[in-house]
Amino acid sequence: MSDVRSALAGASFEGIARVKEAGLRGMISFRGDLSASKVKAALKAVSGVDMPGQRGCVVNGESGLAWMSPDEVLVMVPHDEADGAVEKLNKALKGQHFMAENVSDARAVFTVSGKHAREVIAKLAPVDMSGFQAGEIRRTRIAQVAAAFWMHEADALTVVCFRSGAEYMFGTLKIAAQTGSEVGVY
Amino acid sequence: MSTRLTHGGRRIDRSKPVTFSFNGKSLKGFQGDTLASALLANDQMMMGRSFKYHRPRGVVASGAEEPNALMNMGEGGKFEPNQRATTTEVFDGLAAKSQNHWPNLEFDIGVINNSFARFLPAGFYYKTFLFPRFAWKHIYEPFIRQSAGLGQAPKARDADTYEHFYFFADVAVIGGGLAGLQAAKTAALSGAKVLLMEQDPFWGGRAAVDGGELDGAPAAEYVSRLVAELEAMENVTLRTRMMGAGVYDHGYLLGYERLRDHAPELAGPRHRLWKIRASQIITASGAIERPLSFAGNDIPGVMLAGALRDYIADYGVSAGDRVVVVTNNDDAYKTAMAVKAAGLDVPVILDARAGGGGAAADAARAAGIRVENGKAIAKVTGGKRVKSVKICAQAGEGGVLEEIACDAVAMSGGWSPVVHLWSHCGGKLVWDEEHAMFRPDETRPPLGATGEGFVIPAGAANGVMDMGVGLADADHAGRKAVEALGLTAKAVKLPEFEQAAEAPLEPVWMMPQGAGPKLRMKAWLDYQNDVKVSDVQLAAQEGYESVEHTKRYTTLGMATDQGKLSNINGLAVLSETLGQAIPETGTTTFRPPYTPISIGSIAGEARGAVFQPLRRTPMHDWHEANGAYFEPVGQWRRAYTYQRAGESVHEAVNREILATRESLGLLDASTLGKLIVKGPDAGKFLDMLYTNMMSTLKPGKCRYGLMCSENGFLSDDGVVVRLDEETFLCHTTTGGAERIHGHMEEWLQTEWWDWQVYVTNATEQWAQIGVVGPNSRKVLEKLGGVDVSKEALGFMEYTAGKLGGFDARIFRISFAGELSYEIAVPASQGRALWDALFEAGAEFNATAYGTEAMHVMRAEKGFIMIGDETDGTIIPQDLGLSWAISKKKEDFLGKRAQERAFMADPERWQLVGLETVDGSVIPDGAYAVAEGKNANGQRNVQGRVTSTYFSPTLGKGIAMGLIHKGPERMGETVDFPGTDGKTYTAKIVSAVFYDPEGEKQNV
Repeated sequence: MSDVRSALAGASFEGIARVKEAGLRGMISFRGDLSASKVKAALKAVSGVDMPGQRGCVVNGESGLAWMSPDEVLVMVPHDEADGAVEKLNKALKGQHFMAENVSDARAVFTVSGKHAREVIAKLAPVDMSGFQAGEIRRTRIAQVAAAFWMHEADALTVVCFRSGAEYMFGTLKIAAQTGSEVGVY
Repeated sequence: MSTRLTHGGRRIDRSKPVTFSFNGKSLKGFQGDTLASALLANDQMMMGRSFKYHRPRGVVASGAEEPNALMNMGEGGKFEPNQRATTTEVFDGLAAKSQNHWPNLEFDIGVINNSFARFLPAGFYYKTFLFPRFAWKHIYEPFIRQSAGLGQAPKARDADTYEHFYFFADVAVIGGGLAGLQAAKTAALSGAKVLLMEQDPFWGGRAAVDGGELDGAPAAEYVSRLVAELEAMENVTLRTRMMGAGVYDHGYLLGYERLRDHAPELAGPRHRLWKIRASQIITASGAIERPLSFAGNDIPGVMLAGALRDYIADYGVSAGDRVVVVTNNDDAYKTAMAVKAAGLDVPVILDARAGGGGAAADAARAAGIRVENGKAIAKVTGGKRVKSVKICAQAGEGGVLEEIACDAVAMSGGWSPVVHLWSHCGGKLVWDEEHAMFRPDETRPPLGATGEGFVIPAGAANGVMDMGVGLADADHAGRKAVEALGLTAKAVKLPEFEQAAEAPLEPVWMMPQGAGPKLRMKAWLDYQNDVKVSDVQLAAQEGYESVEHTKRYTTLGMATDQGKLSNINGLAVLSETLGQAIPETGTTTFRPPYTPISIGSIAGEARGAVFQPLRRTPMHDWHEANGAYFEPVGQWRRAYTYQRAGESVHEAVNREILATRESLGLLDASTLGKLIVKGPDAGKFLDMLYTNMMSTLKPGKCRYGLMCSENGFLSDDGVVVRLDEETFLCHTTTGGAERIHGHMEEWLQTEWWDWQVYVTNATEQWAQIGVVGPNSRKVLEKLGGVDVSKEALGFMEYTAGKLGGFDARIFRISFAGELSYEIAVPASQGRALWDALFEAGAEFNATAYGTEAMHVMRAEKGFIMIGDETDGTIIPQDLGLSWAISKKKEDFLGKRAQERAFMADPERWQLVGLETVDGSVIPDGAYAVAEGKNANGQRNVQGRVTSTYFSPTLGKGIAMGLIHKGPERMGETVDFPGTDGKTYTAKIVSAVFYDPEGEKQNV
């Protein structure tokens, strides 16, 4: 399939932080018994990482796992491997009660990077960004839309929202990152 | 006259002159000036006109409590009315205009109201303007509209940007005076994360002006030391130009930060609204001085004593060459000393107390100032500027003893702790009789989630007026805060100080005490709204005895200054009139914000393109580029129709319908809800949620299903597809996606938690395209890759495969009644598939059609629409959908409800088709009338229209509606009166207007 496109391909903005649309990412919504060893093994096999704890998030490049709820985990893989990963999970957990749905295209992904990245997020999400570290995923809202974010490297956050809200998300992040708007707190 | 002094002014930088304009006149000031201090320096004491009587108004205060000096500021997109000159920092190019006068500030025809003051007392709004009735619309209202309001309404869009900021602290301290700084230090040293905010650009509050020594040095030095210490601490965040706007439940606090009002040339947002969550809040918000109520206390030149000396010390500005001081307390003597020290004249200090003042009075006499005890001001003379004061005995009725020429009056009725932020969330007050003030009752603080107090007052805000004692009080507040957090309070060394020996204040609520009606009519309480002592007394006489009633009847305290100077004086007068003690009268409710905040700061980023999150499908750009006329469906934007050049909306819709039925139409159906339901109990679960049997649906098959609420009402409909043994795909209406997902989760989590079912909302994972019309199969065959022949994919069947290279799910379902397919592909492929279908479909005249064409076509086939045929009171049986209700199922949501007598009643209106006799279109929402009238005298009705359109396919109007006994009355006519005077007569017919045999979709 040649012409696949993300919601706001190539969108980029430079203000007090850099805001970029991050293109297509592979995401699988997994529901099941997260404490079962078979489940943990199957998820490790497709993501390459161990099951994280509550609100934990472990990402290695484009692959990883993020804890979403007591019975839900977000599985991350490269975009074109998502269907294959669902197949693998279906095979490994056949006979068990679980659910693995490819939701890669239902999402839009952005990165917010730079010294003031935390402040940009703190303007829009009711989250205490002062102590926010890598290894944590926060499901919350960014202004008026549902969103999740985690720190993928120092001073850089990955923000995920529904694909339909991509333009709203980008517009809102741009305003929060406008030149001259440093808060000077974090 | 008021003027700039040659020395002094700790806030101004005389090396940095600033040019600004006032009412078009170019004036000069210095960086650090407020607009008020700069205007005074230019001998512009008169700064506006009052609201009701258009009386001349001069600046009265030096801070946020200012009621008079309100300005229209700026131009165009930067214009803002009602800006206080006392809190506006001047900058080069500032353009200010005074308010509420015509033609100009000096000569205002509105002042004619003043002459009619006798006929325009408080409450006159409720008594006049009643008769004659016709005059209300044509005379009174236009006149009132013209004269109401102070500032002008902005006409241009706000050119500035605004933002929010979420912040979390252990202890938030509101107020950066001595008390706030000290409390912050104690809290921070004890390990708390502290936020300290100060609304002024400067730290220290009144310390620098009111003098006094701490540790043997001027208080200002101690302030600098404290600030430096706090700045060095990692766990302390300091902000100036940030006001604590409101205290809300559970430690939620709003901070209003003004970033660029003083420097508009800087980039960035103008205001930032901090949304703070703090475990403990310390209100170190200081105190506000009270005016004295004497006749003429509103004449420009009469000011608060504290403010007058603020202008001298902070800005090097003298309000007048000859200043008379009138007071009931020792504090105002500081102003007399400051005026003297600046080289100006104080002809007399009038101390209303018979016993006079303490050490401060002695010092004044020693400095050669005349001090008179037991004396008062009977009246101030002057119109636009103070000319003289007439002196009398405070104990008397105002008999004039002496007249003294002067150009300014410094008055002090005492100081009121700023209890607003303490009170916002329920903190209670206690009346301190000794000091004549309301202060926080620490036994009744605002309570948090656990029932514990979360606000602590400190310093003057807590009624502790002495500077040194206030520091101990602040330290105590800091300790209390950290202890509430479970930390150990660290001992902090406090500075040495000498407590000044002050003679006690004596409350003076009327000056002189026995002033008659003539004087009371000129003794002002609320300067902005023109409320006088006589008005409050009038309100009490007319029976408005509750302080809340008095406030609304007189409008005392209802102006933009929210009663900061008039509150206490007003309720004291009310108390005296009613013969009750002040605590019995109480205060009115304190509500946030503390002072006005901009609407822009509340909106933050939410305006223009991001006012609301508009949801867009993967094909949105194509729609925009092809003449889409959008309609909102929830937060989605869907194309209602696609207008070509010169087409009206109606013409476009008709063209789309004809093209689709004739050949090939393409619909963006991506917004429809897609819920994946999986698990061993999925079938059982769906059997409970739908009226139909879903567990019997075979993989690869589709079934149209209805969902009802527990109450039996039809809630949503859609096609259910069985993907495999354990997995179903449930389609919902666009507006129902999140709602039905939530509905499913609610039942799974609260009722059937032991059933093995998972649900995922996959709505946005798939772009979905309706390929509709006689040539729909042909275009899919052109794309190739999947067998879509009649044999391979029958009606209501599903298959998946690589269609033209796309990863597609193909559903053969029909809403329009033609041969029809819905193709779902991952959203990232949606636009590409859309383009490919148009390319392959070009030879078939592939036509994009929107939601309206879709609505009309389904109506031509008699298919219902959730939201048109349903309104929350409709059950499937009303709509002829009993066939979709399983008789075999023991239970499903709504089953028992539908067995209730009211639901099984044959009198319920039933769905039928309606065809006007003349081919016209029945208006939306029209009711079918019946014979006679009901008990209310209204015409009887026997039905109503639920959907109505012009059908280009049939060349006439068609409609569906609910009619009493409709299905039994085929061929009868009913009348629908329109709102246009016409009556629409329609024949009852089958709702399936087009292709009743259903041949078209079965090819």
